[in-house]
Amino acid sequence: MQVHERIGAALTAANEAGRPALVPFITAGYPEPADFISTLKVIAETGDVVELGIPFSDPMADGMTIQRSSFEALRKGVSLKWIFDQLDAVEGGVAAPLVMMSYLNPLLAFGYDALAERALAAGVCGFIVPDLPFEESAELRDALEAKGLGLIQLVTPATPDERLQKLCAASRGFVYAVTITGITGGGTGLPADLTDYLDKVTGMSSIPVCAGFGIREAQDVAAVGRHAAGAIVGSALVETLERGADPGAFLESLRP
Amino acid sequence: MSTMFAADEAKRLLDAAIRGEMPDELGRFGPFGGRYVPETLVPAFERLDAGVQEHLHDVTFQQEFRRELREWVGRPTALTFAPRLSEIWGAEVWLKREDLAHTGAHKINNAIGQAILAKRLGAKHIIAETGAGQHGVASAAACARVGLPCTVYMGAVDIERQAPNVDRMHRLGAEVVAVESGDKTLRAAIDEALRTWVTDPAGIYYLIGSAVGAHPYPYLVRELQSVIGQEARQQMLDQAGALPDVAFACVGGGSNAIGLFYPLLGDDIELVGVEAGGTGPGLGQNAATLATGTPGVLQGSYSIILQDDDGQVQETHSISAGLDYSGVGPEHALLQATGRVEYISATDDEALEALEELCATEGILTALETSHAYAAAKNYAKRNPGKRILIGNSGRGDKDMPTLTKYPARTRKHAGA
Repeated sequence: MQVHERIGAALTAANEAGRPALVPFITAGYPEPADFISTLKVIAETGDVVELGIPFSDPMADGMTIQRSSFEALRKGVSLKWIFDQLDAVEGGVAAPLVMMSYLNPLLAFGYDALAERALAAGVCGFIVPDLPFEESAELRDALEAKGLGLIQLVTPATPDERLQKLCAASRGFVYAVTITGITGGGTGLPADLTDYLDKVTGMSSIPVCAGFGIREAQDVAAVGRHAAGAIVGSALVETLERGADPGAFLESLRP
Repeated sequence: MSTMFAADEAKRLLDAAIRGEMPDELGRFGPFGGRYVPETLVPAFERLDAGVQEHLHDVTFQQEFRRELREWVGRPTALTFAPRLSEIWGAEVWLKREDLAHTGAHKINNAIGQAILAKRLGAKHIIAETGAGQHGVASAAACARVGLPCTVYMGAVDIERQAPNVDRMHRLGAEVVAVESGDKTLRAAIDEALRTWVTDPAGIYYLIGSAVGAHPYPYLVRELQSVIGQEARQQMLDQAGALPDVAFACVGGGSNAIGLFYPLLGDDIELVGVEAGGTGPGLGQNAATLATGTPGVLQGSYSIILQDDDGQVQETHSISAGLDYSGVGPEHALLQATGRVEYISATDDEALEALEELCATEGILTALETSHAYAAAKNYAKRNPGKRILIGNSGRGDKDMPTLTKYPARTRKHAGA
């Protein structure tokens, strides 16, 4: 079994237990770097797969919440090296498979081969790179796949069918179906035609599909869960952490 | 001087650039360029690319574009001999006067060209970013001209230091959105424009202001700005009787520089791009991207950027908002790596001094951005007496009055002493 297959296995296990998979997202080291690992452990108890955001200075696909978390984490000294060091120090590992979400430049600066090696050692199974379209992705994909790690493709409601087919085939771990034509953290609810779109992506993909962007409440998770394997919850969880509320209780509240 | 390529590879890439084969179909200028954008924007970029291929060199587009340049922008802009500056510098100095173009800078060439394109592509709404405000004003004017609504994203820091341009944009009918995130300057404004475009990739046309970003923008902007170098080359032959020995242009994102340099690449002319040296050489003190940066991906293309060891893009400083940017167009990265263009910097103080000298000797209040090119040209003239120098006078300095009033006019003080 390739390392990236752990992602799909965890998502499928949730579905087989009769529930949509939950994929919580946090910006690593936010709000407080000192709380990073304890927070990670808590959300990995409820989350089936955990998405770790690597802070970047120019998060162009993100809304205000993730921007704020990214800038603040950077200000407090969080870097990819620091994150790997923290993950390496976790005894007994984290309960859920990890995927990293990073804009391309921090990965480029780290070096792709070194990245794949450290990610593998740290228990990371895959990467989501929001500013790396398929056409530019061969080099990173090859470096990751050499270690059994996966590059997770994003698809959106604006993606034409032919391209959708190509991206679903190329994706590893899961297919990240962006629910809206927009950035993360949208507060206006999920679009009405979401189910057709998710059914289409799920129909095309041989691996699980997770929906993300704009998912904030239990009813969103339930709605998405009827047409996709899982739901990704980012901004709403980050805002919970900002309020000092219990992230485990928040994630539990999202379960239908 | 090229550190990136072996000599034969540098020559091969440069020859291809001179033959007009850059960028390739993937938007690459050698290793630089490409298209690093969120998936939501990929279909929009593909449509834009197809639209550029269909229209940009189409006869009817070119007729409309050329007519607007002539009758609305006021082209060709003058080539001005600078006799008093020449005497002081010990050189023969010629100025390509983009400050005389409508709205006061070269930005209008690109803005009207892209506005015409947007109209042809069926856009409902135009968005633009701006640093110094010149591209914002040019976009507002061009959108009014073609009859499309316009929203301009501008960093909160820039709004403060370029207040006259904000008012001009409003009067030209544009909405101006203050960007409070990130560094609150040009880079944050581009990020915010991209975020907005993601919300309606089919209806919005993003009118980018410099030769930066994902393919096809660096190509599109170069093609629209090349009128500067085409005119200047012919005017030098007509008025000076010869091509210049050297040409200088300031470089932020690099649109006026690529516009001036591109038609001169195949000539025996030294080309010098001048970046903002700010207050010093340290990271964060300047915006000398090509002089001190490293390769990376920022805002859609692989180019040279100012970043730390972790790949985090660094904030910049320049007295001129238009040069205050941590990236640079990918074609400049190629021209530097092949050794064809030399990129140097001038400091805030040198730029201020050059601005005053040009005012006093030639009666031209140039933009703070442009002043950097003068400062570098003056230093060059000192070391190389008797040269024929062409300077891209990219814009006028009226917009800089709020900044300039903070600095006492040295020449006036001397005159009164």
